[in-house]
Amino acid sequence: MKISIRLTRGHGAAPFDWRGRAYGPRLCPPYGAAFALLLCLLAIPAAAQPVQEKLAPCLACHGESGQSQTPDVPSLGGQPAFYLLAQVLMFRERMRAIEPMTTMLKGTSDAELRAMADAIAKLPPPRPEATPAEPGRAERARALIQRNRCNVCHLPNLAGVENVPRLAGQREDYLLKSLRGYKDNSRRGYDTQMADVAEPLSDADFADLAHYLARQK
Amino acid sequence: MTHRLAAAGALLSSAALAIVLAASATAQQAPEQRPVGGPPNPDIGARIRGVPQPPMPAAADKLPVAELKLPQGFKIETYISGVMDARALRLGDKGTVFVSNRNRDKVYAIVTRNGKREALTIASGLDRPNGLAFKDGTLYIAEGTKVSKLEKIEDNLDSPPKPVVIYSDFPDHRSHGWKFMAIGPDNKLYINVGAPCNICEPPATNAQIRRINTDGSGSEPYALGVRNSVGFDFHPVTKELYFTDNGRDWLSEELPNDELNRVTKMGQHFGYPYCHQGDLPDNEFGWGKSCSDYVAPVAKLGPHSAALGMRFYTGTMFPQKYRGGIFIARHGSWNKSTKIGGDVIHVTLNRDGSVKSWEPFMTGFLKDNAYIGRPVDVQPMKDGSMLVSDDYAGAVYRITYSNARTSAR
Repeated sequence: MKISIRLTRGHGAAPFDWRGRAYGPRLCPPYGAAFALLLCLLAIPAAAQPVQEKLAPCLACHGESGQSQTPDVPSLGGQPAFYLLAQVLMFRERMRAIEPMTTMLKGTSDAELRAMADAIAKLPPPRPEATPAEPGRAERARALIQRNRCNVCHLPNLAGVENVPRLAGQREDYLLKSLRGYKDNSRRGYDTQMADVAEPLSDADFADLAHYLARQK
Repeated sequence: MTHRLAAAGALLSSAALAIVLAASATAQQAPEQRPVGGPPNPDIGARIRGVPQPPMPAAADKLPVAELKLPQGFKIETYISGVMDARALRLGDKGTVFVSNRNRDKVYAIVTRNGKREALTIASGLDRPNGLAFKDGTLYIAEGTKVSKLEKIEDNLDSPPKPVVIYSDFPDHRSHGWKFMAIGPDNKLYINVGAPCNICEPPATNAQIRRINTDGSGSEPYALGVRNSVGFDFHPVTKELYFTDNGRDWLSEELPNDELNRVTKMGQHFGYPYCHQGDLPDNEFGWGKSCSDYVAPVAKLGPHSAALGMRFYTGTMFPQKYRGGIFIARHGSWNKSTKIGGDVIHVTLNRDGSVKSWEPFMTGFLKDNAYIGRPVDVQPMKDGSMLVSDDYAGAVYRITYSNARTSAR
């Protein structure tokens, strides 16, 4: 689908004149909430769209192949359908505070959310970071994973299950952001397990975990 | 972990401190070594990790009502279905049943109109509004960090006012950050402020039951060393506070027990994080502490069983043996490979307020080691029947006793 978007100056906003793919990565965060909101407007009306069409704006930022190229935006490939459904539900219900996601999912029915989650869950898991993990950080991360029982809920292969997300091969920046969010209460989980886990950990722990997990297959 | 050890170290004697620091250093040098009582084999993770709430309530015809079991003479029916995340229950003066949310953001009023029962949303956009109390026409709502009120709510169910905040001095934390609330015989609001962790040295603001006046003033801790109470009520005669408390996780399959506690005077300490279930020192925070320094529970309610909502039963519909006792909803374990709980139990008290015995009352939520529903709270009704909320199936059930000879009394 090709469309062009033209935004004119108003209220001190910078002028934009941009042509190309409607949902290109350049529109994704952190390049500006204005773009994201614009996308949301394009995504509405939500009702009665085939699921693939509904997913197009999602995958523009999260990656069509399940692998996100967008800073701070997670790869969704290989995530359990339950986890995906829980997240879109929480966005729609404003339980997770990321405004563009809430706006985008406004008016989407439970059945549509389920169809979206099921479709996204079929995308292949993301490829891990190409560079190998630094040995010292990997060793610290493995110890943290064992001590904090990450491998109990996220499974020994870190692929996730049910409401627990896949960690292997996830973007390092997103993992770090999420862990920090669980610690400072800005990220809300489907339950409170991660709040328990993150509470005693340090930022250095989070950095080592994110570094290591992003490099797991 | 190092942070936790450091926190513990401050409390310990210097000898014990040296051991802890040595253990910490060892952990850093050989990170693969597991601490004692540490993580389980991840291969059994599927059996001990958290039980997720279904993302949508069960359809009315899919509720587990037919599979729930009660003693002879009792009957169960669906009171209302399709109420997502049905948590605490409260009864208004005019018969309205209020239902709270923990994971979601709403408070509902259940009303019957033209013979049809429906759930009206009377407040939304709230932050974990688990705690409810009702007094003199006003519904009080305890959220993650505040308490608000809806005055004359039963007269305004169709156009409820916005909740008015009366208190906003709770610490902000996700772990055990939701509240339970009840109005006391002193007309004060009693509110649980949970530990912000599974096990840790809690800040002075946490791990307590606090009470405040209904205008938000006069905040003071009433009971200390309380890990996370999600249910309490006052003895109908002695007026003493009885509360359930959820024991810590990840210690073992069978220990510690969840507790039923009794407060005989203000300021008592119930042991967390140093001593669990009255007789089990914590393997980390219990060093240098003695369980005899803390108030022991009046009943042990099973390991990980998640004893939540509780009420004294003062009605007359149920047979004599249930009157003056306590009904407790056990939400059911997650951190245990063979699940327990998923029931409502009945506690029989002695005349002096101590516990004589307890036994399962309503069972069947647990089937083949998995849940088909999870009871959260109980609410006796004016006619002596009792409601039970279920946040797993998203419903409220009603229990009646149908023996005419008894109910006619």
